[in-house]
Amino acid sequence: MMPSAGHPPSPAPTLASPPLSASSGHIAGHDQSFHGAILTASRWWLLMSGLSIAAFLLVLICLQLGTQYIGLGQIVRVFASALSSPAGGTEADATTSVILLQVRLPRVFLGFLVGSCLASVGVALQAMLRNPLADPYVLGVSSGAALGVALAVLFGIGTTVLALSVLPVCGFVGGLLALFVIYRMAATYDRLPIHSVLLAGVILNAIFSALIMFITSIMEPNRSFGMMAWLMGSLTAPAYPVLAALSAYLFVGVVLLFKQVRLLNILALGEEPARSLGIDTERTKRFIFLLSALVTGAVVSFSGMIGFIGMIIPHAVRLVVGADHRLLLPASALVGGMFLMVADTIARTAFVPSEVPVGVITALAGGPFFVYILVWRKDRLA
Amino acid sequence: MSRLSGPASSVDAALSSGRNSAHAYEVQGLHFCYGRPRTEGLNWVLRDVTLDVEPGGILGIVGPNGSGKTSLLKLLAKLAVPQRGGIALFGTSLARLSQEEMAKTVAFVPQESAQMFPFTVAETVLMGRFPHRRRTGWNLGFGWEDREDCAAAAQAMAIMDIGHLASRAITDLSGGERQRTVIARALAQTPRVMLLDEPTAFLDLQHQIDICSVLRRLCDERGLTVVIVSHDLNLASQYCDRVVMLKEGRVSALGTPSEVMSVERLREVYGCDVLIDAHPESGLPRITLPRQDAPCHR
Repeated sequence: MMPSAGHPPSPAPTLASPPLSASSGHIAGHDQSFHGAILTASRWWLLMSGLSIAAFLLVLICLQLGTQYIGLGQIVRVFASALSSPAGGTEADATTSVILLQVRLPRVFLGFLVGSCLASVGVALQAMLRNPLADPYVLGVSSGAALGVALAVLFGIGTTVLALSVLPVCGFVGGLLALFVIYRMAATYDRLPIHSVLLAGVILNAIFSALIMFITSIMEPNRSFGMMAWLMGSLTAPAYPVLAALSAYLFVGVVLLFKQVRLLNILALGEEPARSLGIDTERTKRFIFLLSALVTGAVVSFSGMIGFIGMIIPHAVRLVVGADHRLLLPASALVGGMFLMVADTIARTAFVPSEVPVGVITALAGGPFFVYILVWRKDRLA
Repeated sequence: MSRLSGPASSVDAALSSGRNSAHAYEVQGLHFCYGRPRTEGLNWVLRDVTLDVEPGGILGIVGPNGSGKTSLLKLLAKLAVPQRGGIALFGTSLARLSQEEMAKTVAFVPQESAQMFPFTVAETVLMGRFPHRRRTGWNLGFGWEDREDCAAAAQAMAIMDIGHLASRAITDLSGGERQRTVIARALAQTPRVMLLDEPTAFLDLQHQIDICSVLRRLCDERGLTVVIVSHDLNLASQYCDRVVMLKEGRVSALGTPSEVMSVERLREVYGCDVLIDAHPESGLPRITLPRQDAPCHR
C-alpha cells in the first residue's frame, strides 16, 4: 500500500507506480469470488461441452430424416462399413449408403457450417455497431456478396475451373462494399443510432437486389432459374473436395474472429470507453469488418441468401448465457449451426416431394422475431 | 490577445525534455478544433490553453456550456489530438505514448454511457482490468481474469458501494447505479490519473457526496490525481484544490476556488449575477443564485 501522504502529497511521480494497487486489502473481508456474476472457465467448459453434445445428437437425428427414413442402426452400419471397406453389403444397403454419404451427410454438414458462420458474424457485427439488430442479411452484406457472385456468374467466371477459389472472393468483395458503406456511416457519426444503421441496410438491400434482378433478367432462362434457386438460399452440398476447401477457409475466418472476443467485449462498451481502455478501435474494427466480409462472402457464394440467423441466434443465446463474448460467440456458433441444420431438415421433409428453399424457413422464423424486438423490446434500443 | 505557439513538434520536444517533472499534466499553448485542417482556426474549441495539473490533487474544470470543458478533458485522455500545442503526462509527451500505455496510467469516465448489452456489473468493472491483461501464450483471445484482477474489481466495487449489484445486468440499472459502475471500472484500472466528465450528473445528493469524498480520500491517501469537469460550481468549490474556468475556449482564471470564484468573474464568464458568501463549515466560496427578477448582463 502506498504511504498515506499529506496534502499535497509528493511521491516521486513516474508512469510505473499506480497509486491504487490491486493487492492492497483496503476493504477487509470482502468477497472476491463474484458468485455467478462473471463468466468463469469452468462455466465456459460446461456450457460448451453441453452444446457440443447437443449438436452431435442433433446431427444424428437430422441424418435419419428425409424423403426416406433411415434408422439409427442403419446409419451406424453404413458408417462402419464405409470406414472398413468402401464396397460391399447388399444392394439396399448400397442405396442407403449413397443417400447418406453422398447427399445427406454433406448437406447436414454444410447447414451446420453456414449456420455457425452466419451466427458468428452476427455476434461480431452487433458488438461493433452496438446494435442488437445487426445481421449480415439485414445490413445488406449478404446481398452485396450475392451481387458479387451474380456478376461473376454472369461473366462466366463461375463456370471455369477456378470456381472454387473465385466465387467466394467475388462474394467477399461485394460484402466488403456493403460493410464499407456502413463503416463510413459509423465513422461519420460519433454514435450511430440503431435505426439509421437499419435504414442504411434497407437502402443497400434495395440497390443490390435491383442489380441482382437485372442480372438475372438478362441471363438465359435455364441459368437464371438456377440463380433464383440459389438466391433463395439452398444448402445443396458440393462435392467433398470443395466442401473440405470451404470448411478450411471458413474455419480460419471463424477462428480469427474467435480471437477477437475480448476486444468485442470492450468495443461493445462504446467508442470512447474502448479507446480509453487502450484499444486501437479503428484498426480493430477494420480487421473485424474484413473478417466478417470474408466469412459472409464465402458462405453466400455457396448457400445464397439465408437471412436472420445472425440476428436471432446471438439475441437468444445472449438471454441465456449473458453478454460476455468469450462465451457468446462460440455458443452462438454452435446454436446457429444447430438451428440451420434443423431448418434445412424441415425444408427437406415438410413438403415432400418438393423442397422449400431454406432461406424461406429462416426468414419466416426471423422476420416476426425482428418485428418483436423492434416493437416490444423498444426499451433496449434507446 | 492570444499568441499562437510554434509547431507541435517543437513544443513536444520542449515538453519531453523535462522528464519526471513534478506535474501530472503540463499543457502548453493548446489549440483544438473539431473538423478538417482546411477550416482550422475558424472554429477553435480551445485556444491557447496553458495549465499544469499537480499530482495528488483535484483540478476542477468549470465554465458555461460550450466553453470547451469536455474537449479539454478528451485531449487529456488522448481521445482527441490537438492541432497545436502539446500535453505532457508525468513529463512524457502524449504524442509518444500509445493508447495502451495511456490506459495503464489514465482512466477516463465519460459523461453518459448508455449500454446496449446485458453485461453484469461485475463483468463491466472487470473490463477495467483490460489494460493490465497478460499477453503471454495462448491467452491473447480469451484471457480469464486472475485473482489480482478480481481483487482490484472487488475493491473498486466496494468503494463505489455497488457490491450488492454484482450479478445485475447493467442495462437494468438506474442512471446513478450505472454511473457508479463506470467509475468503479475506472478505479479497477488502478490508474494514477482519473479524468471524469460530469460524474455527479445522474447522482442523488448522497452519492454525489460519497463520490466526491472517495475521490478526495484517494487523492490524499494514495496520491491519485483527479481532473473533473463539472457544472456544479459549489461542488467544484468544496472539493477541488484548484479550479480552471474556461470561457469560449480560453482560460479565464486558474487558481484555488477562493481565487477563482468571485462575483465579478462569474458575471464576466457566465453573464449573470450571483451571490457569493463563505461556506459555514469550510469557509470556501459558496455560490447562490439570485432572486428571479434580478437583472442579467449579457
